[in-house]
Amino acid sequence: MIYNLYNSFIECKNIKKRNDAKVKHLLSGNEAIARGLFEAGALVCSAYPGTPSTEIFEELPKYSDSLYCEWAPNEKVATEVAYGACIAGARSASAMKHVGMNVAADPLFTAAYNGVNAGFIVITADDPSMHSSQNEQDNRWYALHAKVPCIEPSDSQECKDFIREAYEISEKYDMPVIFRTTTRVSHSKSLVEFGERTEAEHREYRKSTKYNCAPAFAYQNRAKLEKNFSALEDYSNICPLQKMEMKGSKIGVITASIAYEYAKDVFPEDTSFLKLGLTNPMPMKLIREFASKVEKLYVIEELDPYMEMQIKAAGIDCIGKDLVSGKYELNPQLLREQLFGVKAETADVGVTPVSRPPALCPGCPHRGFFYIMGKKKYTVTGDIGCYTLGASAPLNGADTCICMGGGFTVGAGMAKAFEMLGEKKKVFGVVGDSTFFHSGITGAVEIIYNNADTIPVVLDNHITGMTGHQDNPGSGYNLKGEVAEAIKAENILSACGFHKILIVDPYDLKAVEKAAEEAIASEERAAIICRRPCLLIKREKIEKSLCSVDREKCIGCKSCLRVGCPALMMKDGKAFIDPNQCAGCTVCAQVCPKSAISRKEN
Amino acid sequence: MENKSILLVGVGGQGAILTAKILTKGLIASGYDVKMSEVHGMSQRGGSVSTQVHFGEKVWSPVIGNGAADILVAFEKMEAVRYAKFLKPDGIAVINDFEMPSSTVAAGLAEYPEGCLEAMQGIFKTYSLKAGEIAAKVGSPKCMNVVLFGALVKALKLDDIDWENIIRDTVPPKFIDLNVAAFQAGYNAI
Repeated sequence: MIYNLYNSFIECKNIKKRNDAKVKHLLSGNEAIARGLFEAGALVCSAYPGTPSTEIFEELPKYSDSLYCEWAPNEKVATEVAYGACIAGARSASAMKHVGMNVAADPLFTAAYNGVNAGFIVITADDPSMHSSQNEQDNRWYALHAKVPCIEPSDSQECKDFIREAYEISEKYDMPVIFRTTTRVSHSKSLVEFGERTEAEHREYRKSTKYNCAPAFAYQNRAKLEKNFSALEDYSNICPLQKMEMKGSKIGVITASIAYEYAKDVFPEDTSFLKLGLTNPMPMKLIREFASKVEKLYVIEELDPYMEMQIKAAGIDCIGKDLVSGKYELNPQLLREQLFGVKAETADVGVTPVSRPPALCPGCPHRGFFYIMGKKKYTVTGDIGCYTLGASAPLNGADTCICMGGGFTVGAGMAKAFEMLGEKKKVFGVVGDSTFFHSGITGAVEIIYNNADTIPVVLDNHITGMTGHQDNPGSGYNLKGEVAEAIKAENILSACGFHKILIVDPYDLKAVEKAAEEAIASEERAAIICRRPCLLIKREKIEKSLCSVDREKCIGCKSCLRVGCPALMMKDGKAFIDPNQCAGCTVCAQVCPKSAISRKEN
Repeated sequence: MENKSILLVGVGGQGAILTAKILTKGLIASGYDVKMSEVHGMSQRGGSVSTQVHFGEKVWSPVIGNGAADILVAFEKMEAVRYAKFLKPDGIAVINDFEMPSSTVAAGLAEYPEGCLEAMQGIFKTYSLKAGEIAAKVGSPKCMNVVLFGALVKALKLDDIDWENIIRDTVPPKFIDLNVAAFQAGYNAI
């Protein structure tokens, strides 16, 4: 069996060589996954944006002639939509960043029991080193936990090709498939050869109790899942996604995903590799045979010892996390150092650069709100998005940031605690517009239903900003750029029972301050909406103007620097506004005690 | 030929992406295996950004760690210092002699370090140029990135590739002449 596999790998290589004349495209892993969905006959795709997964769905509208794609309000909805579509007979997929999987876990676990009709893939992009995330959870555990297959590509070609195999596994073994990438797999670009789209064989929808998770049926589905998973365990050993490259017998490396690319750079030429594309269930027979052919066995993986623990539990000795770090992203130089103690030679330039932290853009509508929150020293529970930056100095306008939608509910919990502790203190719970639709609405219901002393604030900038400007249910457009119903946050808040809704322009500091005070004093349940579109939305024709400092009037007190605008700086003891960056929002002008800053009207 | 690694660093919005696009296009046309890596998200909000391009007969890792870049192209000089540890001790630095204060410097909370360029020159084979001024002379300060690209091509001796043609093929028609001129000016500046 091993040799068959080995031969098929060689054959694969030869085929590739013969096709070398074919056009190759430099694609990111995410672009390649989108191409893979198109080629494999996907029909219904739904996602919520999140770095590093976002570009998969930004790419999909290209293939709109062949498939339907959408931004859902959140990852759970996306996964339910895709699952429903697969039940009805369409190959489907949902996509999300790693923490989105926490939101989508509920339908995923039940879909594993129920099974599929057409193929169903749940794509998750992990973010080792937290380039743009709150944690670096390793989502391979979800596959083990939910008892579903986990497929891991290591470059863009595999991102495309493995999608087809994922659908075949899903359909053959009657279960959803987790398709897991990492930041480097999703965002690095490598060469890809395209194939043609093939429509999937039509799987007619038939009503069945297997799609009903009522206890009696779940009891049966549980046994079905075990049976199918057991068959999949056998298949894992002969699956074409597992590639054995036998060279020498001294060192053998078992690896998967991006760690394969790193290991190929680091280990000597005569190292043998067992590179896994299907990592749940682990191909234990194959691993055992590979282990018996080499003197020293390494398991090289990024983040958790997911493979290593299973290999060791099977009684196979290997070297892994005792040398290779289980936290943060790896790279070849780091891996070489950790494995062999060979540190890369570097030169010390002897000059220390100062940090360049990300900041709210000049003209960002969030600035005014957080300036007031910081100034008044209110307790503010924040949320995930660009406005996370409102918590940093010099704005210091928020206390917490936990998870999507947590701005309202963490605020509700804090308010309840203050009440129980006898402290009279209102809490401002803050979410963005996209976050409001994602999971803020249930928080608004909580605040009213349980009478929490929390004032919900929606920072509505008409777009999902931090992930690079995706539309959402409030923006008035869908993923394909078609006009859609623009759902108003105030209508939902009002329906929940907030009878005093204060809608303010966050560029107007006095209005924001007044709204905050009014909401605190209000007898009626109050909510605030700060409404102004993000300056970077291309279709919004926003007139920019310019602020400038009157050096005669400026006393160099640095009050304006407290708004934390990248366009503002000190020059020769006086404030200076960089005309290349300024958007003319006037927030700095409003805080100047000497009225030294004014806006030029166009 | 051994694989080569190019590291482009700067501040979000300086145009490193277009540079990387032209570069990878030319390398692919010449038959190299190419991999490129960049980080999206948080880093784009005025933060420090880096793009890596690797090419050769067969490239494995799309990213490098310390001491592994053959050439560092810095669009801003403090960024050159920040990423210097990624450069091989015998590597080449191409540095835009241009200073962009970070928000901490602008707010008076930190001081922009002195002697960034000199420190790099003291250790690495360094080419420096005022790319913004050169770009302004050929027509627009916005093509500063293509000026730096011209310098990169010369420093790395990538003359075998018909870059002018690649540029023609990449930028919108009305900007072709400007960008070709910027490329040549950058090439001749070092």
